[in-house]
Amino acid sequence: MGKAKANAGPLARRPDNSAFKQQRLPAWSPMLTAQTVLPFFYGMAIVCVLLGAWLLVTVQNTHELKVDYTHAGSCDKCFEKRKDRANANQSCNCTVVFNIENMFKGDVFFYYGLINFHQNLRQYMDSRDDGQMIGRNKNLRNPSSYCEPFIKDKNGLPIAPCGAVANSMFNDSFTLVYHSAAGSRVVPLFRKGITWYTDKNVKFRNPQVENKTLTLAQVFEGTGQPLYWQKPVYDLDPWDRNNNGFINEDLIVWMREAAFPNFKKLYGVLNRAIEPFTDGLPAGNYSVLISYNFPVEYFQGRKEVVLSTVSWFGGQNNFLPVAYLVTGCLILLLAVILTAVWWKFGKNGRNMEE
Amino acid sequence: MEIELLRTACMCQTVICCRVTPLQKAQVVELVKKYKQAVTLAIGDGANDVSMIKAAHIGVGISGQEGMQAVLSSDYSFAQFRYLQRLLLVHGRWSYLRMCKFLRYFFYKNFTFTFVHFWYGFFCGFSAQTVFDEWFITLFNLVYTALPVLSLSLFDQDVNDWWSFQYPQLYTPGQLNQYFSKRAFVYTVLHSGYSSLVLFFIPWAAMYDTVRDDGKEIVDYQSFALLAQTCLLIAVSIQLGLDTHYWTAMNQFFLWGSLSVYFAVIFTMYSNGMFLTLTSSFPFIGTARNSLNQPNVWLTMLLTSVLCVLPVVAYRFLRILLWPTINDKVRYKVRQDKVLPPTPRRVQARRTSTRRSGYAFSHAQGYGDLVTSGKFLRRTPKSRPALFSQTDSPLAQTQPQFYRTISEREEPPLSP
Repeated sequence: MGKAKANAGPLARRPDNSAFKQQRLPAWSPMLTAQTVLPFFYGMAIVCVLLGAWLLVTVQNTHELKVDYTHAGSCDKCFEKRKDRANANQSCNCTVVFNIENMFKGDVFFYYGLINFHQNLRQYMDSRDDGQMIGRNKNLRNPSSYCEPFIKDKNGLPIAPCGAVANSMFNDSFTLVYHSAAGSRVVPLFRKGITWYTDKNVKFRNPQVENKTLTLAQVFEGTGQPLYWQKPVYDLDPWDRNNNGFINEDLIVWMREAAFPNFKKLYGVLNRAIEPFTDGLPAGNYSVLISYNFPVEYFQGRKEVVLSTVSWFGGQNNFLPVAYLVTGCLILLLAVILTAVWWKFGKNGRNMEE
Repeated sequence: MEIELLRTACMCQTVICCRVTPLQKAQVVELVKKYKQAVTLAIGDGANDVSMIKAAHIGVGISGQEGMQAVLSSDYSFAQFRYLQRLLLVHGRWSYLRMCKFLRYFFYKNFTFTFVHFWYGFFCGFSAQTVFDEWFITLFNLVYTALPVLSLSLFDQDVNDWWSFQYPQLYTPGQLNQYFSKRAFVYTVLHSGYSSLVLFFIPWAAMYDTVRDDGKEIVDYQSFALLAQTCLLIAVSIQLGLDTHYWTAMNQFFLWGSLSVYFAVIFTMYSNGMFLTLTSSFPFIGTARNSLNQPNVWLTMLLTSVLCVLPVVAYRFLRILLWPTINDKVRYKVRQDKVLPPTPRRVQARRTSTRRSGYAFSHAQGYGDLVTSGKFLRRTPKSRPALFSQTDSPLAQTQPQFYRTISEREEPPLSP
């Protein structure tokens, strides 16, 4: 309690008379008064309303089109075919047609969407080996036990990439075709540049070998492909040799698990270097040729194709602008009520007598 | 018989028991403890007070003239009886206030944290997937919100000690258990429920089906976890700011420091270096860099903070306007006094009391006839041993000695 002081006597064990020990530290003691609270509420209301209006205008300038192709058009026979697992090795192609009324100006992004697929299940999310995906040779031949039971294939070879996340990779492919009066042409899409920079360059790397002359197939010697895949990981992209192995962009996009059961993932970006797509996607009839592989019947899911433009604020999501507007109005209402109550009851400290 | 004594005694303002043995002192205290729902305090200085001190809920021992026996068996001890006033009205009151604020805030932040996981359960198939990063869960109570709460519960004061003496009625909320009761706990739980709804569903709806400004992913699990945890931390920090009534430099430092440490830690943990060193422990690589540069994310955080905090501010403001507690009134008075400095007090001549009459009890003859004879006034008074030690001692300078002045005109007695 007290410190022994040099001078003895009755005050020897007295505690220090410092501001800290006597709890007299200089401090700011704010209080909720009308002069601070009411202007603050009015200010916040104005800010929220303005922000909401601005965001609403921004979001209204984006376009989005969703086409559910689970059993649309000719895809219903593919849907029936995929119900039977024995047909897994057979390919199935189908077409869905749709129409764009207003031109999509600017950069257009092509997504595939899944409804009711829970990539956020805990055991599913744990079933992967990031060490393998970063190219560690030790993990390549000896995947982590978290990947069980997707760790060894039927020949006993370790699976690369292991785990449930990689195993369930989305394998439909799409070709977008534009039908104009001049004829039909395939819409050119960039299939690279769809991942985060850090994912492509840091998180996912192919296994390193000293002998640089080895092909990717040789690097992956002694491993097997995941059970549900039709092609091995070193052959995912037959057209671009650099887009194979763990750095395949579709794989990277799929491995970034979605937070919610209804999600969309980037498939391609419109190549605006080619006529007539320099300004975006022109209005007109389109069709999507789909190689229908991913079965969704087992989990009552649905599949869709999404075309969207973006703004600095992101895709077309009206919630935040509307929420800001509603919040602004509520705050204004609250401010008015508080002002009325203050005027009637509390002005000049009317209620503050002892 | 005991009950009769107790009932009669409780009808009086003050009861004096004289010529009691130590055992009887303890029995009196226990009688009150047993039959009355009251907290008892016993103060004494001698060895004969030890049993009474131990019997009461709070035992206070005076160290000094009669030795250290009372001190050794007490909960609190100090050197003079008059320090009891400071113990109760200043330190006891502050301690109760700080404890209750700490408890309410702690329950609030942890319930909010937990309920968010409950809401996420509906979206992840109830697979017990955490909404937040595991490191955030570990460090939330340990680093990000530990020091600010500590500074709240160490330094907070509603009014300073001088004002606590001026208005002893400030002590009543503690006696009535107003700051932390079952009711207060239920309010805390409801408040947490509301906050958790805002802190989960606003980010969910804002991020639903949207993308980054370059079309790439933003509703992945890791970005959403980062958004949800940042919203939570900001909301509970602002709530702490609202609860703090006494902002010392340490409070400021701890609060802003904790928020800065949070951002520093996430940028460190989500960096390339940490991922390459310990791959499976830090899988969130790149998340902070890729999602915190999106205006979308910051605007969501702003909206959640506004929706969490403004109802609380409005409710507290309304309460102060319509049903001000004694605390609010005194704080208002403090503020008024700061704005208009008080009229300088007339320096009072040091008189021992302004009472017009006095009473004294004695069991010996005493000096009664000497006083009434009037001889007292004509001679220089005999030096008598003073009953109380000299009030002009240096220690007295640090204690506020005067009460609120009882003015000379007739005033109705203050309510007890």
